[in-house]
Order: sequence, then C-alpha cells, then structure tokens
Amino acid sequence: MFVAVQGDDENYIADFPLLCAQSGIAAHPVDLNEARNLEPALSDKLIAAYAVDDAAVDPFRLTLDNIAQAMDTGAGLFRFTRVAGFTIGQSKIAATQLINTQTDEEFQIQANVVVNAAGAWAAQVAVLADIPIHIIYSKGSLLVTQNRLAHRVVNRLRLATDADILVPGGTVSILGTTSVRTPTPDAIYPEIEEIDRIIEEGVMMIPALETTRYIRAYCGVRPLVGSENGDDDRKVSRGYALIDHTRDKVENFITITGGKLTTYRFMAEKTADLVCQQLGIGQPCQTRTEPLPASASAQWTDPGLAPRQWMKQNDPDDLLLCECEMVSQNSVDQIITGMGKLNIPLTLEAIGLRSRVGKGPCQGTFCSQRVAAYLYDRGMFNDDQGLANLRHFLSERWRGQHPLLWDVSLIQSELQEAMHCGFFGLELRHTEKPLDEQLPDK
Amino acid sequence: MLLHGSLYRQLLRSYLMDNVPEIHCDLLVIGSGMTGMAAALFAANREIDTVQVGLAGELGFASGFLDLLGVHPTEEGRVWDRPWDGIDSLVKSHPRHPYARLDKKDMQAALSDFTSFLEANGLPYHTEPDRNLKMITPVGTIKTTYAVPVTVKNGVRAIAEKAPCLIVDFHGLKGFSGQQIVETLKKTWPKLITRRISFPDTTGELFPEQMAFSIEQPGRRAELAAAIIPHLDRVRYVGLPAILGLYRPITVFDDLQRRLDRPLFEIPTMPPSINGLRLKNIFGQALPRRGVRTYYQHKILSVGYRDSRGFRFDAGWEQPMLTIFSKGAILASGRFIGGGLAADRKQVRETIFGLPVHQTPVHLTGDRSGWHRKSFLDPKGHPINRFGLMTDHKLRPLGNSGKPTYPNLFAAGSILAHQDWVREKCGAGLAITTAYAAVKAWYRLNSR
Repeated sequence: MFVAVQGDDENYIADFPLLCAQSGIAAHPVDLNEARNLEPALSDKLIAAYAVDDAAVDPFRLTLDNIAQAMDTGAGLFRFTRVAGFTIGQSKIAATQLINTQTDEEFQIQANVVVNAAGAWAAQVAVLADIPIHIIYSKGSLLVTQNRLAHRVVNRLRLATDADILVPGGTVSILGTTSVRTPTPDAIYPEIEEIDRIIEEGVMMIPALETTRYIRAYCGVRPLVGSENGDDDRKVSRGYALIDHTRDKVENFITITGGKLTTYRFMAEKTADLVCQQLGIGQPCQTRTEPLPASASAQWTDPGLAPRQWMKQNDPDDLLLCECEMVSQNSVDQIITGMGKLNIPLTLEAIGLRSRVGKGPCQGTFCSQRVAAYLYDRGMFNDDQGLANLRHFLSERWRGQHPLLWDVSLIQSELQEAMHCGFFGLELRHTEKPLDEQLPDK
Repeated sequence: MLLHGSLYRQLLRSYLMDNVPEIHCDLLVIGSGMTGMAAALFAANREIDTVQVGLAGELGFASGFLDLLGVHPTEEGRVWDRPWDGIDSLVKSHPRHPYARLDKKDMQAALSDFTSFLEANGLPYHTEPDRNLKMITPVGTIKTTYAVPVTVKNGVRAIAEKAPCLIVDFHGLKGFSGQQIVETLKKTWPKLITRRISFPDTTGELFPEQMAFSIEQPGRRAELAAAIIPHLDRVRYVGLPAILGLYRPITVFDDLQRRLDRPLFEIPTMPPSINGLRLKNIFGQALPRRGVRTYYQHKILSVGYRDSRGFRFDAGWEQPMLTIFSKGAILASGRFIGGGLAADRKQVRETIFGLPVHQTPVHLTGDRSGWHRKSFLDPKGHPINRFGLMTDHKLRPLGNSGKPTYPNLFAAGSILAHQDWVREKCGAGLAITTAYAAVKAWYRLNSR
C-alpha cells in the first residue's frame, strides 16, 4: 500500500495512479477509513492511499536457498575466502589465487571462466586483474522492530527519500532506508544520526514508530554503476552492469554488479548466458522457468518453525536454548546438521544467521552461553573456542544494537554487559594467559 | 449495578487518593538492590527510624560474589590481587571516582558489617585478608573477586592447587556445562574432570530454584550423593552448580560435603542465580526484624519537598498506595536496570528527583552518539557507564549550581558518576561502601 500524509506533495499524489498505469502497475485508490481498517497503525493524518500488488522476501532464507540449490547442482562453496590475485597470461585468467581469511591458508583455482559477482566489492576484485570499474557506494541503513506493526508493505507516497517503506518480515517489521555516500564498502555502521532520521520520518506515516522497541539496525552498500548525477544517489540508475572484460583484454573474465534484489535472477540469467556463450554451450537458461526450491537447511529462518516443531514434539528433554524465539536443542541439532552438509564451519554466528537464535529481545545475552554450553556438551566445541565464539557473536550483535541503545534496549544492553563483562570478564584476555600467571603468588 | 470503564476508574482513583495511608520516618531508602539493602541495614545498625521502598528484582541477578576492586585501569585490563592497593591507584588517577570520597576505615567497616550480617543470617562469606580471590565462572573464565559465599570457598582452593577436581553437572540444566569449563581450562588445569548426572527424581528441564528447594530435603541429598560417589575415584574436590538450598544453604552444603567425604564447592550459574536469591531472601526477611519498614512492591511516583520538614513521597505501583513523610532520603535506585536512570533517544535523566546527570563529553549532552563505543568489548569501556550523579564529599547529589540539591538527600551505589563498576569489578564494594558512607553522613547531620 502507498500512503500520503498531510504535507506530502499533492501533485505527486495526483500523478501517481497515471504513472503507475503507464508502467503497467495496478494501483487502486483505497478509502482512507478502509486503509486504516486494513492497517490500524497508519497515521490519522492520512490524505491518500493506494493498494498495489506487493510481497516481501526473507533475505536470509533466499540467500540460503540459493546456496543450497547451487550446491545441489554441483557448485562448490568456499566461505571466508578472499580473492588475493589473478594469474593472467595470453589475455586470460589462468588461475585465481585465494586465501582463507580464518586459517590464512592459500590456494588457487583454475577456471575456464571467472565471474566477478562481488557486489559492492566488484571494483576491488576487478582491479586485481588491472581493470578499473567505477562504482559509487551508497550505504542504506534499516531498522528492525521487535513486533510486526503492519500486515502488508507500507510505502510513503512521495519522491524517494529516507524512511519510505515499512516491510513485514515474519514477526517483525523493517523500516528504511537511507542513502549515504561512503568512500568504501568496508567498515560501515548504521549511524545514530541516520537511525534518528529514519524514525522521525517514519513516525509521520506510522506514529507507533516513535515508541516501539527496535531490536536491531543494519546497513548495506548499494553498488551503483550509473553515471553520477548531482548529490542524490537515489537518482543514479538501479540498472545492472554486465561487463565482458574481453574489452579490457581479459577474455574469460566477466563482472556483474549493480541492480536490485528484484532483478537479481534476471541479472544471473544474463550472466549465465554470457558464460555459456564463452564456453560454447547452447542450452537455454532455466532460471526464468524453474522456481527456486525451498531447502531444508534454510527453513529455520522462519520465526514460526522452531516453536511449532518444539510444541508438536512435546519432548520434555528438548530444552529451549533460545527462549525469546523458542529455538530448542533439537532445532539447533538440525541446523548444525544442515551446516555440516554444506561444510560450513560451526560458530555461534553461523547458527545465528541460519535461525532466530540471538534475534529476539535479549539479543543473545542468554542464548549465546546456552548454545555454547550445549555445543561443548555435544563435543562440537573444544578448548576455549566457546570464549572466542561468545566474544565474536556478542560483538556482531552489538553492531546492530549500538545505535538503538535507549529506553528498554539500553536496559537490556546494561544487563548484557553486567553478565558477560562484569561476571564472565569476556573483555579481559587474562584467560588466555597460563593460569599460573593469574593466580596470586603464594 | 456495577460501574464500568472510565467512571469506575475515576471513582476508584479518587477513593484511593483520599484513603492513601500516611507514614512518617526519619530516613527513606529508595531502592532494594545491593545498595538499598546495605543502606537499610546500616541505618538499622544505627537505630535510625527507616523505611525502604523498591521493586526488589535486581538483587536476583547478583552472582553472590562481592567485588571490591578487580581491574584498573580498565583500558589496560590490569587485574589486582590486592584490592586496597588497586583502590589507592584508582583514587590517585581518578580523583572523582566515588571511592575517592570514602575513608578506608569506613570501607572496611562497611564490608565487615555487611558480611557479619549475612553470617548471622545463615550465609557466611569467605575473604582473605587484603587479598582478592580467584574463582571459575560457568564460561570457564577466572573471576577476580573480594568475597565469596562460604559454599564457594573450596573452589578457590581447588583452583590454586590445580587439584584433581570433579565438576558435576545435570541433565536438564541449561547454560551450565562441566565440559565447557573443563575444556576451557584444560591447558592449565589438566586434572579437572566432569560428569553429567540426573538430578534425583526429576526429568526434563531443571531450574536452579526448583533444585535448591528439592535438595533441602535430606532424602534428596542422600540420592544426589549416591549418584556422585561412583565418580569420586582419585578426586580431591567436587564442584557443583550453585543449587545447594535457598533457605538453609549451609545445612545442605555441610551435609552433602560429609556424604561425599570431599571438600565441596558451588559455581554460580548464569543469572538469575540462587546466590542472588539467597541474598534477596535474607534481606527481605531480616530487615523487617531489625525494625526497617519495607515496602518492596512500591516505587516512588512523586516527590514534594517541604524545606526543613523534609520530603513527602507518593509510593505505589501505578497508583499511589502510600504517602511517606521523611526527614531525609538515600537514593539507591541504581542505573537503567534498576530504574534510577532512564534514557530516551537524546537524554539520560534521573527518574525520581530530576537531578542533573553528569555526562561526558559535556559538548555531546543531548546526543547519544557519545554513549557507547562501536565495539562491545572495547577495553576503554562505554562512556555512558560513567554518567551519573555528582555529589559533594557527604555524597549529596549536586544541582546545576554545583551545590547539594537538598541538605538531606544522599546518593549511593551505581547511580553515582565517574565509576564503571562492570569493568572495574567493583559493583558490590561500591554499593556497600557508599551506602555506609551515605548513612553515616545522614547520621552525623541529623543526630545532633
């Protein structure tokens, strides 16, 4: 649904249905009372509402399903692996040098064709083959609410700016997004000033955004490959760039970047077509006809699944390790089995990415240690791996908590620090010293 | 006919407002965490006519360890084995730290009065003269602390000796894994082993509180001992999660230790732990016996000041249920968890009196971007943890003028500025010693 409130540009509102029609998008005016019946959280200052076809994706699940399908059809996946360089000879990449960032292990792959689909990092990869690509980095920050505030996607009916859209995602709502130019795609954070701007804008559309609890903020970088157009990166085209580097005298190297999530499968098809052309394969691409199948290992991102399964099995020995999101030992076992099949290294963070663990109101304060203890019980953590995992997991959660620490979230973070620093002393590294050195001299 | 809706509520409210009981006292202690409990105790020791209000939830999160000073400077992570030397160093480099306001003899008296009280109420504490202790946590780290319940004492010895030691844990008790502790410490303590057993007569999930109730029955202890005994071959110490009784821990502890014929110790579990609940119970029961009038489901809803006659407080849950007239007050309302401080997107405020909250850096007042660091475990600590109330040398909170806001209002514990009790490992020490100093200052001012 698209909605406008008092003060929004009335000309834009008036043109909206016509422009939708011209673009082949069905948009139906909705009576204002009816709109507020459908979405009670909407402001009472509504002046226009249009219904459109809309949908939301679970981005965690989409990613995991893609990986699973690729691997089912024979692809290999190397997590935590960075391209260190290319060996180029006779206008071709002969080998790609790789490094495992966790183990520092170096290895290489010789491929007939190399596709650079590194997204915001596409220029950093291409430059290793001595090829310059001009990319503008536009950071967007978003907020996740603790509770879902609307049934459907709610868009602000105006020219694109900050905090235009509230998207449902399972049990939460997601509010965004900003557009801030950054010099690099690395070391970015959702900044406090951005977060406050998002809330202040969002409140005009959904007043409850002023008082609701936010559970997490996050950000990503859009790689924009269009020409620069003044100060507003929103005006840079969201078109994709498919580059055959034959033009740069590297014949078996292709870069695909830019675009949007809505066009990603289309981009993949065009890339695969180019690869097939280079390899001399004539079969048509199936991406547009074959739906992406749901994979077993990705199902745990659904907020309802773990609680449903736990209730149904009704096994008193199946303890809930994450009480906020009701993820039990049994669910964690299945997540780990799924990761094992894909050779994913076992970490608390990897479990968190594939489930709701750490995503509830406690933000990992309790479930982090409960899951760590359980992994020791199962013999899956050894030595002081638990400490490293707790530190890393809580630090990673903190990235998204940091700009949201007021009111209840601040109380929660104080408890988290009291427990993990005050009691456990995780900020101290003394546990890594031999115990003798920690003990008072006798 | 029944009255409904707003009319009913209106009538009820006016009835309650007109019929709120009034009480009078010399000193009101606001807060029922470690600081509030200590302040009420020290006031009772001085036979001050005292009322205490608070929500009594926070103490349940205490580990039961009493930290005095463990780490300073926090950014270096330097751990002190001799806490008083650490305090000397802290006070020298941080002259505005609350410890700098205190007299060392008073601090020692405070700690001693506090632990004597606990001992008299069935929970002796163990300290070593002028020494910090080292004890294991459920994640296998070694915590530096000043005093531990006597049920933990043998653990301190076992670590020091790195003796052959068995950690017992239980099917169904989550967040506590003997395997985790053994694996994390195995390089330095190879003789540490673990066994998992079933807790007598239970299945499914276990909760420390329920286990502690159960184990107070002698029959259960016999069964538990029988389950542990087969694993004691070549074991010199036995460690258990802290579940050994809520009301009579020493009876439970002594009996089980005798049955196992090995020195026994408890390891605190993740909060809320039995160690915190024991403290909460003892204070909840003993303070009224010592003459403190306690109102634990009450918070302060509004304050009026009547010059030389002191304060008028409305206390209750949502509606006023009690009006308290007091000559003076000790503000021990804690920080954000306790509700003494609250924050919106821009400001941190003190919730009861509206006292100015010291924030650093001052130029960022009104902007939360200076509150936290981007890394959770940043050794420098989060600046917001040092926000709080500034006081004079008598621990009276200062107003914007730099003078005490009220002649008879004192502040103690974690609400004070210029300390980071979480990183400095000084939470209980700060609570107990500043409570003592605040009570003493009130007494001196009012007993003449």
